[in-house]
Amino acid sequence: MAVLGNTTPLQPVPGTTADTRRRKADEDRIGGSARRRTAGRVVGYALLVLFSLLFLYPFVWLLAASLKGRGQVFDNRLWPREFHWDNYVQVFDELPVAAWMVNSVVIAVLAAVLVAVSSSLVAFGFAYFRFPGRGFLFGLVLATMMLPGAVTMIPVYLIWKELGFLGTWVPLFGANLFGSAFYIFLQRQFFLGLPRELFEAARIDGASYWRLFWKIAMPLSVPSFIIVLLFEFQASWNNLQAALIYLNAGQPSDFTAPLGIAYAMTRYSPTAGGQGDYQFVMVASLLVTLPMLVLFAFGQRYFIEGVATTGRKG
Amino acid sequence: MTELRAGGATAAPAGGSPAGTPPGGAPDPKRRRRGRWGKYDRREAIAGYLFISPWIIGFLVFTLGAMVYSLVISFSRYNLATNEATPIGLANYAELFDDPRIATSLANTLFYAVLAVPLEIVFALFLASLLNQATKGAGFFRTLYYLPRMTPAVATAAIFFLLLNGNSGAINQGLRFLGLEGPQWLVDPDWVKPSIVLMTLWGVSGTMVIFLAALKNVPRELYEVAELDGAGPWRKFRSITLPMISSAMFFNVIILTIAAFQIFDQAYLLFWRDQSNASPEASLFYAIYLFQQAFRQFNFGFAAAMAWLLFVIIMSITFIQMRFGNRFVYYEGDKD
Repeated sequence: MAVLGNTTPLQPVPGTTADTRRRKADEDRIGGSARRRTAGRVVGYALLVLFSLLFLYPFVWLLAASLKGRGQVFDNRLWPREFHWDNYVQVFDELPVAAWMVNSVVIAVLAAVLVAVSSSLVAFGFAYFRFPGRGFLFGLVLATMMLPGAVTMIPVYLIWKELGFLGTWVPLFGANLFGSAFYIFLQRQFFLGLPRELFEAARIDGASYWRLFWKIAMPLSVPSFIIVLLFEFQASWNNLQAALIYLNAGQPSDFTAPLGIAYAMTRYSPTAGGQGDYQFVMVASLLVTLPMLVLFAFGQRYFIEGVATTGRKG
Repeated sequence: MTELRAGGATAAPAGGSPAGTPPGGAPDPKRRRRGRWGKYDRREAIAGYLFISPWIIGFLVFTLGAMVYSLVISFSRYNLATNEATPIGLANYAELFDDPRIATSLANTLFYAVLAVPLEIVFALFLASLLNQATKGAGFFRTLYYLPRMTPAVATAAIFFLLLNGNSGAINQGLRFLGLEGPQWLVDPDWVKPSIVLMTLWGVSGTMVIFLAALKNVPRELYEVAELDGAGPWRKFRSITLPMISSAMFFNVIILTIAAFQIFDQAYLLFWRDQSNASPEASLFYAIYLFQQAFRQFNFGFAAAMAWLLFVIIMSITFIQMRFGNRFVYYEGDKD
């Protein structure tokens, strides 16, 4: 800003149109003046507000639709004609939403804890220990991130089938026991940032390798551990495809939240010959979104920092 | 004690109970064990393998083993009842060329990627620039913009299913307010892909956050110097911002392209949920068709061949992007 301080003396007394015209000419000659900057800032904020409205509109619309009566869901009013608070009671009779939520929470917690612990273990193995083939093996870890899931989808299904886990929740979190490339990478980066002397000193004091990991590395890596937990919880909560593969043939009450919503969409969608009570889909969608918003409210910093520093796309 | 650490790179004490090692000038116990293990400490190396063993097991079974078996299946006819894979040579791969829906789904997917990725990049970068220039309240707006990213894809689809309705949907109502007649988003084959792009753009904040982090790293002085030289906003953007954030740009393009080629959730929820025949072919994306072949028809051999084709396509495109992109990426400290 100070760089452009020389524009001030050139500004004429404001008021007349001639002054304004001259000032415009001055500004054009000089390049961005303070005034143009202010104007730019105002436009910037106006756009920020505009996009906020666009981003928030679907949420407000969803909230309104969830409170509307049958047939009014489609009227796009953000303030319902009449408030059907009982939608939030009735939905539990219409759809096993409570079961979906519980199922999804159990699966997501298991998935997140398993992958966070196993990935940390593996990451510590790559970060601290020196062993033949370490660079090559870590290269393999990174390479697996590039592999499209479709390539292994069928054999993995056959593995779970062979083990007798079809129709159970195990395939939705079981593979997390073995760590996941992205999280291994993330945790390793964190461990590499810890001073090696810390561990060597503990070794000299007689600490076992396990102790180095569990008592020193893990407590220090809590921030990135939380990022892993949150990312995986969200990924598991959103995982539609695995639920379609492994649970679709079972009882609706065994579904996860995303599979449940898909089921509800078909059941109530008027275009698919459904019953038209789409407000229940709206209530269920809102209920399924809420845990994510709560998670974000508490872990916002971790989510945004996690995405910004690692490039994870959720 | 310091002498124990003086051994250089391999100085990590080897014994499980170093407390018993006499301090000061004790002969390095691991030197005797050298030979087969070269410069490595045997105990440390074994412990290292143990620590990474979960990944090794998972890799051998769920990645390498699965890849090999996927390849085997792709050359077979798989009978799900008997778990038998009967070799049929290249028949599944030949089928890829005969099945017109393969070409359709590939074309749809490519079209979607070409439409979605540039729009996502431009929109995310635009939003990130707006946030970067805001002095006050940037954190507040960033939080707001991030909310769609937290919304599960199913909820997004359930909402947009109604918002995008051609007759009564809020989006067309808004367009009508502006004097425009909106298309039949979810019915007209030409507008199926823009519909999904619209949903993707609503959740673009992940990409935005990465751009924002990159923008914050651009040194202010560069802009000030450029202003002294009379550079306008566009010139500053093109000559400073773009080169300085090129590695984030490169990363985002590659990740978004890979994701676009695997688009599934939104298309499945909007068009292929109920297996009706009314779904427009324009919404048949490659991952959708692959999923149908694998887990609706249980045509494992053909689906596996499809998966390998997808693998080759994604790898080729990523490879081309890397070769091409590296010329434009500016790395700190790398003067060209």
